[in-house]
Amino acid sequence: MNVRMLCLGLALLLPLQVMAQGFAGLGGNAEGFAQPRSDRVLQFPVDHGPHPDHRIEWWYLTANLTGPDGTAYGLQWTLFRTALAPRDGQGWDTPQLWMGHAAVTTPDAHFVEERIARGGIGQAGVTAAPFAAWIDDWAMEGPDFDTLRLTASGSVFAYDVQLTAQGPLVLHGQNGYSQKSADGMASHYYSQPFFGVKGTLTLPEGEVAVTGRAWLDREWSSQPLAKDQTGWDWFSLSFDTGDKLMGFVLRGATDFTAATWITGDGDATAFPNGAFAAIPLDYHDVAGREVPVVWQVRLPDRNVDIIVRAMNRDAWMATSVPYWEGPVTISGSHAGEGYLEMTGYGD
Amino acid sequence: MTRAVLSALLGHWQRNPLQLLTLLAGLALGTALWSGVQAINAEAKASYDAAAATLGEGRLAQITAADGGPIDQEIYVALRRAGWNVSPVIVGRLGPIRLVGIDPLTAPQGVGPALAEELIDLNAFISGSGQIFARADTLAQLPQLGAMGVISPDTAPNTAVADIGLAQRLLARAGQIDRLLVAPDQPITRRPLAEVAPGLTEAPPQGGSDVARLTDSFHLNLTAFGLLSFAVGLFIVHGAIGLAFEQRRTMVRTLRALGAPLNHLIAMMIAELAVLALVAGAIGVGLGYLVAAALLPDVAATLRGLYGADVSGQLVLRPVWWLSGLAIALGGTSVAGAGALWSLARMPLLSSAQPRAWAMARRGRAFALVSCGLLAASGAVAIWGQGLMAGFIMLGALLIGGALALPPVLSAVLRLGEAWARGPVAQWFWADTRQQVPGLSLALMALLLAMAANVGVSTMVSSFRLTFTGFLDQRLASEFYVSAGNPAQATAIAALVKGRVDAILPILSVEQPVAGLPAEIYGAKDHATYRDNWQFLRAVPGVWEALSRGEGVLVNEQLFRRAGLDLRAKVPIAPGLSLPVLGIYGDYGNPVGQVILTEAVFRKQFPNVETLRFGLRLDPARVEALRIVLRDAGVADGAMVDQAAIKALSLSVFERTFAVTTALNVLTLAVAGFAILMSLLTLAAMRLPQLAPVWALGLTRARLTGLDLVRTLVLAALTGALALPLGLALAWALLAVVNVEAFGWRLPMYLFPWDYLRLGGLALLAVLLAGLWPAWQLSRIAPARLLGVFRNER
Repeated sequence: MNVRMLCLGLALLLPLQVMAQGFAGLGGNAEGFAQPRSDRVLQFPVDHGPHPDHRIEWWYLTANLTGPDGTAYGLQWTLFRTALAPRDGQGWDTPQLWMGHAAVTTPDAHFVEERIARGGIGQAGVTAAPFAAWIDDWAMEGPDFDTLRLTASGSVFAYDVQLTAQGPLVLHGQNGYSQKSADGMASHYYSQPFFGVKGTLTLPEGEVAVTGRAWLDREWSSQPLAKDQTGWDWFSLSFDTGDKLMGFVLRGATDFTAATWITGDGDATAFPNGAFAAIPLDYHDVAGREVPVVWQVRLPDRNVDIIVRAMNRDAWMATSVPYWEGPVTISGSHAGEGYLEMTGYGD
Repeated sequence: MTRAVLSALLGHWQRNPLQLLTLLAGLALGTALWSGVQAINAEAKASYDAAAATLGEGRLAQITAADGGPIDQEIYVALRRAGWNVSPVIVGRLGPIRLVGIDPLTAPQGVGPALAEELIDLNAFISGSGQIFARADTLAQLPQLGAMGVISPDTAPNTAVADIGLAQRLLARAGQIDRLLVAPDQPITRRPLAEVAPGLTEAPPQGGSDVARLTDSFHLNLTAFGLLSFAVGLFIVHGAIGLAFEQRRTMVRTLRALGAPLNHLIAMMIAELAVLALVAGAIGVGLGYLVAAALLPDVAATLRGLYGADVSGQLVLRPVWWLSGLAIALGGTSVAGAGALWSLARMPLLSSAQPRAWAMARRGRAFALVSCGLLAASGAVAIWGQGLMAGFIMLGALLIGGALALPPVLSAVLRLGEAWARGPVAQWFWADTRQQVPGLSLALMALLLAMAANVGVSTMVSSFRLTFTGFLDQRLASEFYVSAGNPAQATAIAALVKGRVDAILPILSVEQPVAGLPAEIYGAKDHATYRDNWQFLRAVPGVWEALSRGEGVLVNEQLFRRAGLDLRAKVPIAPGLSLPVLGIYGDYGNPVGQVILTEAVFRKQFPNVETLRFGLRLDPARVEALRIVLRDAGVADGAMVDQAAIKALSLSVFERTFAVTTALNVLTLAVAGFAILMSLLTLAAMRLPQLAPVWALGLTRARLTGLDLVRTLVLAALTGALALPLGLALAWALLAVVNVEAFGWRLPMYLFPWDYLRLGGLALLAVLLAGLWPAWQLSRIAPARLLGVFRNER
């Protein structure tokens, strides 16, 4: 079969193509699927596992790492789940599809690999306890959600790192119910932004021992976007003060923003639409698209007014549904590092 | 001025419509056969590519079970989880249709049919009742399966593609996979195959699909036919252009004297030729389409029968061949016209505008030398050459050398005739005939090539048929063959037929490389059927007894030749088991090597291979009754074959091959005949100065006409006499050199004198037809024109 077919099928997963109904169908009808509820109390470890009655879900880890010589690296490991129908099932005719993205970003290179698989035959899946998320030989697994081994490999790179939680889980929005539009579109969304990382990157030049910190996002929904929303800019920032900031802009007829301020102890404060602002300052031509790679990010309530710069402007995810995802550096009112994800920039 | 020059140039064609017709018809005919053959080849190639794409054949490495059995689905998942970027494929048959199950999520790019944009719906493909992609004609042959049929014209013929889950369900083979496609890019951390799945073997990608390589030689034969026709067409065009430019010399001189620059004139003539070539090329491509459309169903049937290659019987207008048709028409015209233009360009302004036809071609000696060189080279390649390419070089050198030998040989024979001739008329006849050889030589060479190709190809095909039908009688010894879809059905069939037949001969087979070559290993029951029917090319004494004791194996000729095995040489069958060769048997039509073991040895070595096919011995009269019993028990018609049907099928394949060959033979002969007609017409005008004195000496026009016809037939007969040895040499080269290199077996060569006689008769008839019109013109020529020769000026 060919890529066109995959693209269309998997466009359900990640929003990059501007389609009639929101982007990538994320704003499409979710008939028969369960909907996020504001009164739902997240239960752990059960909610670390999959929610097959919801249409989409992801386990999304990004890490800012440093080598022995001080070189900065970025690492991404993502497992997406999409359901063609709101049921689980064993065997080939399961409607549960899985897609993995792995990437390593260096100051002058960006390595990407993609895996796609069907649930139901054991090739990909997630179990809550003991925790395991895997697709092919890529895995994030451990005895519990706080101690995980993360592996992935491609034709030119691989990594094998240990994740150790150094803080609590953080629930975004209203107890993990994260609103995505003024019309009430929403998802369940929590993070573990306090992982310490230690491990090895295998790059074309050889192996590199790295340490650093990682941020894991967990999110599931059935129709997270309004029909007019065409893409997003997503920031996960760690400041030298120990505080952290998650903020996003959903671009649509009118932009919708949200943010979570996380203290070093893990106390989270959610900010409503309009509190958070991100303004593109400079663009870069990557893969034939103009993508903003320097941003002014503001959260006046916390006196945040910073410049966020891509560490490597070419951190393009040339996957079946392409997007930009890479490490960033922070200057201005606060200093630090983080990750930026941008989707929906033309195709 | 351009307009004046143009009208002068075009005026020539207006005055000589026949020349225009010759030029256009020659080029169009040549292009037609060429592009027709190209169209067939392009269609076949597209079909092979589609088939290869469906399975990633040729491009991708593949993993199969070492014992040839199915691969457990769990092993696939284990490999993926060990880092292997592989994709599962299951292949089975639904009646006459090959069903291929793939996993669209892991299939490497380019595998599976290219699906039409509007039909893409992953959800529908992989879940629910599912979808089956195939050509419309294939879908029509599928039984009602509950899945939605989707028309996909790019899918290989007679092949349907579905999701692997659906395919497993339809084939009743849940949890089974036949092979794994290995993506070109693999993770750097994957674990060794032997560690993850010890029972599997990985075969590297083979350049080009198996089928494409197999059928290469068939297509080369077709291409040779096409090229031959085009060459013949070129002879015609060369003649027509040469004549036209001869006749225009006066006009060109006049135009130049009037002030038209030479460059300008030449450019306009080039443009004129280009337009003519394009018009003729377009007509040729149109005719080629008709030729291809008429021949394709037979060619498709031949390829399917001979090689198991599925080729679509429907012709698609592909740019590759109609563009190549136009290009070759243009190229051919420029080759044919270059000489004429060159001599015009070098013509001094004040030179005589006399036609120079008779000045041309005192090139006999040069021809003879080149010809000898080529024939010697051909012989050398035959003795020392290696490989298929050498075989074709040898063929080329043989044909061109033979063609170039024609004029000197004809001259020599005619000189001999002259020496023996008594009486002035006879002497004049031989001398005049000899003088015409240069003018007719191109057309006669065309005739020679056409006849030689006919003799060669029909000898090859007929030899093949004789050998093959005899071979079928040996090999298809059982009266009835049944294939089961799965082991359970196989057991049921075996139980059902027991008591109804004289013997059940299980046919066990596994595909496995032997001595590094692709091969099939068969397990055969020790039974009188084999002893009574099989014949060996070579065998040790007491071959059957030794075989039944498990002391050795039988190998086919292909394996014997390719692996350099000899009697008693050890053949590695499995790790730790090598057995000596007891006998070598002919295995015509099989592309791969074959090894036969006794059933006992086979079962011991390959315990996982299930018996899925049986040969059944029974009274032929009871075959039909047995078929009905099996059909009632749920065995598909496509899974049952009786011996008579296979033989009928094989023979029908040959009939179709013959139909194609005969059609091409007739077409090439027709083109050659046309070439002769045009040469004779051209010569007719030029040789008036030779005829007029003879006429003036008292030979009547009727007598002259008769002599002319006889002369044409004599030349044709002599050409035919030379074509026979050349054609036989061609047949020998095809059977003993090209065939061995291409397929690994050598066919005995048989001679078919009656066919050659018939062909000779046909050729003479064609030439006679070609000579009739010029002869008729000569018989009606006005005496004043003959007298005109004696005037001072022409």
